Amino acid sequence: MKTLKDKIRCSNLNLFYGDNQALYDINLTMPAGSITAFIGPSGCGKSTLLRTLNRMNDLIPNVKITGDVVVDNENIYGGDTDVVALRKRVGMVFQRPNPFPMSIYDNIAYGPRIHGIKKKRELDEIVEKSLTQAALWDEVKDRLNKSALGLSGGQQQRLCIARLLAVDPDVLLMDEPTSALDPISTLKVEELTQELKNKYTIIIVTHNMQQAARISDTTAFFLNGVMVEHGETDKLFTNPTDQRTEDYITGRFG
Amino acid sequence: MNSKLSNKLATGVFWLIGFVILGILAWFLWRILSVGVPHLSWDFITGQPEDMMAGGGVGPQFFNSFYILFLSLLIAIPLGVGAGIWLSEYAKPNKFTEIVRISTEMLASVPSIVFGLFGMLVFVTTFKLGFSIIGGALTLALLNLPVLVRVTEESLRAVPPSYREASLALGSTKWQTIRKVLVPAALPGLITGVTLTAGRALGESAILIFTAGTTVSRFAPTPDLTASGETLAVHLWYVRSEALIEDAQQVAEGTAALLVIVVLLLNLLIALPSRYLQRKKAGK
Amino acid sequence: MDMPKAKESNVGWNKRQRTADRGMYWLFVGSATFVSLIIFSIIVFVGSQGLKTFGDADVGFFEFFFSLDWNPEKGEYGALVFILGSFITTGLALLLAVPLAVGGAVFMAKIAPPWMREIMRPATDLFVGIPSVVYGLVGLTVFVPLIGQIFDTPGFGVLPAAMILAVMILPTILTVSEDAIRTLPGSLEEASYALGATRWQTIRRVLLPAATPGIMTGIILGMGRAIGEAMAVQMVIGGGTILPQGLADVTSVLTTHIVTLLPNAPFGQTTSNALFLMALVLLLVTLSLIMIIRIVARRRAH
Repeated sequence: MKTLKDKIRCSNLNLFYGDNQALYDINLTMPAGSITAFIGPSGCGKSTLLRTLNRMNDLIPNVKITGDVVVDNENIYGGDTDVVALRKRVGMVFQRPNPFPMSIYDNIAYGPRIHGIKKKRELDEIVEKSLTQAALWDEVKDRLNKSALGLSGGQQQRLCIARLLAVDPDVLLMDEPTSALDPISTLKVEELTQELKNKYTIIIVTHNMQQAARISDTTAFFLNGVMVEHGETDKLFTNPTDQRTEDYITGRFG
Repeated sequence: MNSKLSNKLATGVFWLIGFVILGILAWFLWRILSVGVPHLSWDFITGQPEDMMAGGGVGPQFFNSFYILFLSLLIAIPLGVGAGIWLSEYAKPNKFTEIVRISTEMLASVPSIVFGLFGMLVFVTTFKLGFSIIGGALTLALLNLPVLVRVTEESLRAVPPSYREASLALGSTKWQTIRKVLVPAALPGLITGVTLTAGRALGESAILIFTAGTTVSRFAPTPDLTASGETLAVHLWYVRSEALIEDAQQVAEGTAALLVIVVLLLNLLIALPSRYLQRKKAGK
Repeated sequence: MDMPKAKESNVGWNKRQRTADRGMYWLFVGSATFVSLIIFSIIVFVGSQGLKTFGDADVGFFEFFFSLDWNPEKGEYGALVFILGSFITTGLALLLAVPLAVGGAVFMAKIAPPWMREIMRPATDLFVGIPSVVYGLVGLTVFVPLIGQIFDTPGFGVLPAAMILAVMILPTILTVSEDAIRTLPGSLEEASYALGATRWQTIRRVLLPAATPGIMTGIILGMGRAIGEAMAVQMVIGGGTILPQGLADVTSVLTTHIVTLLPNAPFGQTTSNALFLMALVLLLVTLSLIMIIRIVARRRAH
C-alpha cells in the first residue's frame, strides 16, 4: 500500500452545541489525493465534523470546539488562522445546489473576483478551465451570460463544484452532494468526483452506503457523535471490525 | 489583504450608521418631550383655548381628537373588516377580486391632503355641512379603511386551515365559523391593526383641516356632530401658522408633547391586549 | 340514554342559520364593493373639480403644466414651479434618507447584535406613528434656525423640508429593506462564505443585489410618502412661488401650495379649481408609484 501524505488530521476533537455534545474525541487522518467517505445514520455527526474542517461551524452561535484540526501542518483552530484563506484552500459543496442568482459566468468568476483577480482575460480562462473540469463546459459554453438558476438540478450542482474549483483549492468537502439529485445526475457527479481525486483531496459525507463503497478509498463510520471505525473502504465493507459497523452496513438499522 | 481591510472598514461604517439612526430617533423624542412636557399642566390639557391672549388650553381639541377618531372607527371597522372577511373567506381568484385588491391598495396610497379635498367636496360643499365633526370623521374613516381591510385579511389568513375544517365538519355554516372560530382566533392581529390605525388617525391633520375645520364651537367640548371640530394635530399647525396669541410657541410645543405621549401610550397598548389574548389562546 | 329530541325547533334553527349565512355573505360582498368604489369616486370628484380649471378660457393645458408663472391676480396659473418643487424636495429627501436607511437595514439584518436589534425595531416602528405636524414643529424650531445661521437667511426653504422628509421616510425604507434582506435564503450566504468571502464581500456582491427588488419597493414607498406629505413640509418650506435657486431658497410644492391657498380661495373659482387640479396630479403620481411597485413585486416572484 502506498503511503500517502496526511492532508488533514483531527486529534481529540470534541464539539458542543451549547450544552449538548455532538462530537466525541475524534481522531482521524485523511490522506492527500484520495477520497474519504463519512457514513452513518442521520444525526450521527458526520456533517458536523465536515463543517469543522473549513470552520463553517463558526457561523453557528454557541458552538464550542476542543482539540485540534491540522491542515497541512497548521492547526486551524490555533488562534491566528486566516479563516478566509483557509476556506479558499478547503472548499465545500452543499447538499442543495446553491448557485447565486447571477449569470453562470458570474457564479464561477465570483471566487476569483473576491480574491483579487480582475482582468477579464484571466477570469475567462479560469471560468473555462473550471467548467471543463466539472464536465459542464460543453453544456453551458454558449449561454454563460444566462442565469444559473435556469439550469437543471444536476447541472446546478456541477456548477457549484466548478465554482469551487475556480478558487483553486486543495481539499474538496462534499456534504451529501447528490442526495437532492436524480440518478443520472448522481452518476455524473460521482464520475466527476473520481476524476478530481487525482488533483484534490476529497472528503464526502453520504447517507448512501453504496455510493461510499463505489467511489471512496477510505471510509469512516460514525454513530452518535463517535467515530466507530475507519479504514480502507473495501476492507470496511467486506470485513468490518466493529459489530455496530456490520449492523449498519447490513441494514439492521439506520 | 485588501479585502480584509475593506471588511473592517465596512463594519465600522455600518456600526456608525446604526448609531446615527438611533441617535436621530432618540434626539427627536428627547427634543419634543423636553420642551413640551413643562407646558403640560392640568389647565392646559383640559382648559379652553384662547383666541387672542396667552394661557389657552387644548381641552376641546383633546376631546375632538378622540371623538372624531372614535366616530371614524365606528364607520371604518365594520366596512373594513367586512371587506377583509370577504377577501379572505369568500373571494374567488377572478377579475372582480383583482379589482377589489388593487382598489384597496390604491386607496392606501392616497395622500391625506387628497382625502381632505375629497371630503371637502363631498361633505362641506355638496352636503352643505360646513366644517363639521361628522364630516371629519367620515373622511378620516376613508383613511383607515384600506389598512383595516389588509389587516383583517392577513389576520384571518394566518388562522390555521384546520380550524375551518373542524368547524365545518361539525356542521356549522360559514358565517358561524367566521363569527365563532375565525374572528376570535384572529383577534390579536385585528387589535394590533386597529391600534395602529388609531395612532395614525390621531396624528392626522391634512384631512381634518378641510373637513372638520380649525375652530371649535362655543359649546365645546360637545358631541354635536355638526359642530366644527379642531383636533390636537390641527391646533398645533394652526397655532404655529396663523394664530395671533402670544404664547403660540409654547402651546404648539405642549400640544406636540401631548400628541407624542398619546402615541407612545397607544403603542404600548398594542403590546398589552395582544399579548394577553395570545396567552389566553395558548391556554395559560 | 335517550338524546333529547327537538326535531321541530331544530329545523327552524337551521333555517335561520342559513338565512343569516346568506345575509352576511351579501353584507361582506357589499363592503368589498363599496370599498373599491371609493378610490374611483375620489378620482372622479377631485378630477372633475380640477378639470374645471381648463373650462376657464384663460387656462390651457400647457399653461398649467409648463408655465413657471403663478400669478392669479394676473390670470396666470402655471403650476410647473410646484410640480418641480415636489420632485426636487422628494429627490433631495431620498438622497439623504436612502443611504442611511439601506445601511441601517443591512446593519439590523446582518451586523447588529440581538440586543441592539430589540431596541431598533420598536424604535423605528414608533417613529412611523409620530404625527407629521410634530415633525414639522421640530423642523421649524430646530432645523430652520440652524440653516438660517449657516446660510444667513431666515432659514426656510428646500433644505429643511428635505431634511424633515428624510427623517419621516427613513423608517419606512429601513423596515421594508431589512425585511427583504432578512428573508433571503441562508444558502446564498453559506455559499459565499464557503468560497472564502468576507462579510462585506458577501453583503455587497450577493445579498444586496439579491434583495434589490425588495429594497426598491421600500424606496418607492418612501417616495410616495414624501411626495404626498403636506403639513410638515408646509411649516418649513417658506411658501414662495418661484423656482428656488439654492437649497436655502423658499418655494412651494404641490401639497403645501394647496394647504396654504385653499382655505382662502373661493370655491368654484379658478384658483380653487387649479388647486384641485394639483391634487389630481398628486393622486395620479402616487397611484402610478403603486403600479410600479406591483410590477417590481411581480418580477421578484420570478
